Amino acid sequence: MSGIQIKNLYKIFGDDPAMALDLVKKGMGKAELQDKHSHVLGLQDINIDMPDGGIQVVMGLSGSGKSTLIRHINRLIEPTAGEVIVDGVDVLGMSRGDLRKFRANKTSMVFQKFALLPHRTVQSNVEYGLEVQGVSASERHARSKKWIDRVGLGGFEENYPSQLSGGMQQRVGLARALATDAEILLMDEAFSALDPLIRTDMQDVLLELQSELKKTIVFITHDLDEALRIGDNICILRDGGIVQKGNAQDIILHPADDYIKDFVKDINRARVLRIDSLMSDDLANAGTMKLDRDTRLDEAARQMQEADVTKAQVVDSSDKVIGAIALDDIVNSMVEKVEVESTV
Amino acid sequence: MDWFEFPEMEREQLRDLRKGIDEGFRDFTRAYGETIENALYPVEWFLKHFENLLLDTPWIIVLLALSGIVYFASRRPWLTLGTFFGMALIGYFGMWEDAMKTLAMISTATLGSVLLGIPLGIGMAKSDRVQTVMNPILDVMQTMPSFVYLIPVIMLFGIGKLPGIIAVIIYAIPPIIRLTNLGIRLVDKEVLEAADAFGSTSWKRLTNVQIPLALPTIMAGVNQTIMMALAMVVVAALVGAPGLGQPVLKAINNQFLFMGVSAGMAIVILAIIIDRASQAYGQRLQSHREKEH
Ligand SMILES: Nc1ncnc2c1ncn2[C@@H]1O[C@H](COP(=O)(O)OP(=O)(O)O)[C@@H](O)[C@H]1O
Ligand SMILES: [Mg+2]
Repeated sequence: MSGIQIKNLYKIFGDDPAMALDLVKKGMGKAELQDKHSHVLGLQDINIDMPDGGIQVVMGLSGSGKSTLIRHINRLIEPTAGEVIVDGVDVLGMSRGDLRKFRANKTSMVFQKFALLPHRTVQSNVEYGLEVQGVSASERHARSKKWIDRVGLGGFEENYPSQLSGGMQQRVGLARALATDAEILLMDEAFSALDPLIRTDMQDVLLELQSELKKTIVFITHDLDEALRIGDNICILRDGGIVQKGNAQDIILHPADDYIKDFVKDINRARVLRIDSLMSDDLANAGTMKLDRDTRLDEAARQMQEADVTKAQVVDSSDKVIGAIALDDIVNSMVEKVEVESTV
Repeated sequence: MDWFEFPEMEREQLRDLRKGIDEGFRDFTRAYGETIENALYPVEWFLKHFENLLLDTPWIIVLLALSGIVYFASRRPWLTLGTFFGMALIGYFGMWEDAMKTLAMISTATLGSVLLGIPLGIGMAKSDRVQTVMNPILDVMQTMPSFVYLIPVIMLFGIGKLPGIIAVIIYAIPPIIRLTNLGIRLVDKEVLEAADAFGSTSWKRLTNVQIPLALPTIMAGVNQTIMMALAMVVVAALVGAPGLGQPVLKAINNQFLFMGVSAGMAIVILAIIIDRASQAYGQRLQSHREKEH
């Protein structure tokens, strides 16, 4: 089986995690465990099946266990209980040496605070993973050069990280991770430290690269906007447990609890929701305009206004009509967001 | 029983204890003194040859070479000029030979301290248990009056260059051990994590991440070690260490004020040159980290 499977994963920080694990399995929550037994519940009963070649987004507030979770995939953190299986191989059963090889060849990581080597140039930072793999100097040079160019840093090879802006530093971090040709890319709030505009740039860079590379990416963020932009497979963490798994539509239309509703309320729905979430089967006056079911609401509204129509047909990928959409409904759903906000 | 008397150890017992320890150490010296001395032969060899090199080379070449080294280490023209004239002044006052001997001593002692101290510091950084054991030992070493070091050293090796240099190394080594430990422990956790995440072996992590990132702190330790070596070189003159300590000793014994003060000034000049040059070098090493965003 390919991809990443995480099964019944628990992580408890403290002196006697086994004792605390029993309590957690009997239903004790994070706050109580902390107060009464001074153990920190990092993760509880995590089950995720991440597909090969796709992006899995993990979202949650600070302290919800995102970093702890992603570090189990390359075993930077040892679990208290559970299984981590990558491409059919049990990561927890690996010997020290096997684990090093696995980290060097199969996974690579991008960090929130970049974690570059300050005493090395851009070029030499990007070569680091290749050095560990034992790649020859000339090949290292060629491969790192290629990735430096791909992330748009051509010409900065000889600069030191401290001479670059945050966005550029994270491009180095991304190039360093991509240069090893690892199939799995772990990104722990990789863009969270960047300014909004630069963050959007970096998201574009990542998405563009991914459309070609088709890596298995685990992308961590505390920002729902970013989560929705990056991937359609989203998993939301709270207090170390998963509260909702699903795609963007599911999460916006059916938030599992108030915690998630809180996230969702500031979202620009029109940019995320697809028209098939609003369509009706009232085909009577649907007109002649055809819109793909994947079209986002904002785009649909724009096109309908341009064509000066109030209704359109919704078609699937084989051009078969599956419903109709009205401009009024689109506008109403956008207004709904404002209402939600004004009632809060 | 008199309450005003301190309940001292019996005189007899104290004498036995003293005799036991002194004789024990003497026996140890007789049994192992030569082995230890042979083991330390490389130190003696290096010291001898380095000293000869400094003494046999024409003074003008040594003077230019020293100024050149200071320039390349610090890139500071004024410091270089100061080095040139400072050293020339020492020579002018007739202490060139002693200054060269002192330079050989502290260079050897510093090299020895670095070669021994950095691995010890790394060991301390890697293991909390080693740190717990080493810390009190280093505390004692740093507070023990320097003269006390001379006693076991002189018992083991007699009088001469070797006991001198060993006493200097023992006295000067704590800072480099401590600051290596500190520097490695302060390395950014996220960068270490990155090294691990890319599958580094612990050797690669040490040589590519921990030591380079700790280098500014380690350099501060080297600087302190050099300064302490310079201070101890004078004290070590008591056990026969050659160099600027000898005129100081002679001046004390004979109340030669001028001789004492001028030898003292020579040491001050050496200290300033070495201190400034090694600090400037340390700063230059991390210049690319200065412009943090
Ligand atoms: N080494 C550790 N020791 C104790 N508690 C920890 C440790 N690492 C993380 N935690 C705790 O585990 C919880 C999850 O942390 P983390 O995974 O870093 O959250 P996030 O990345 O979502 O902000 C937090 O409550 C944090 O305080
Ligand atoms: Mg985190």
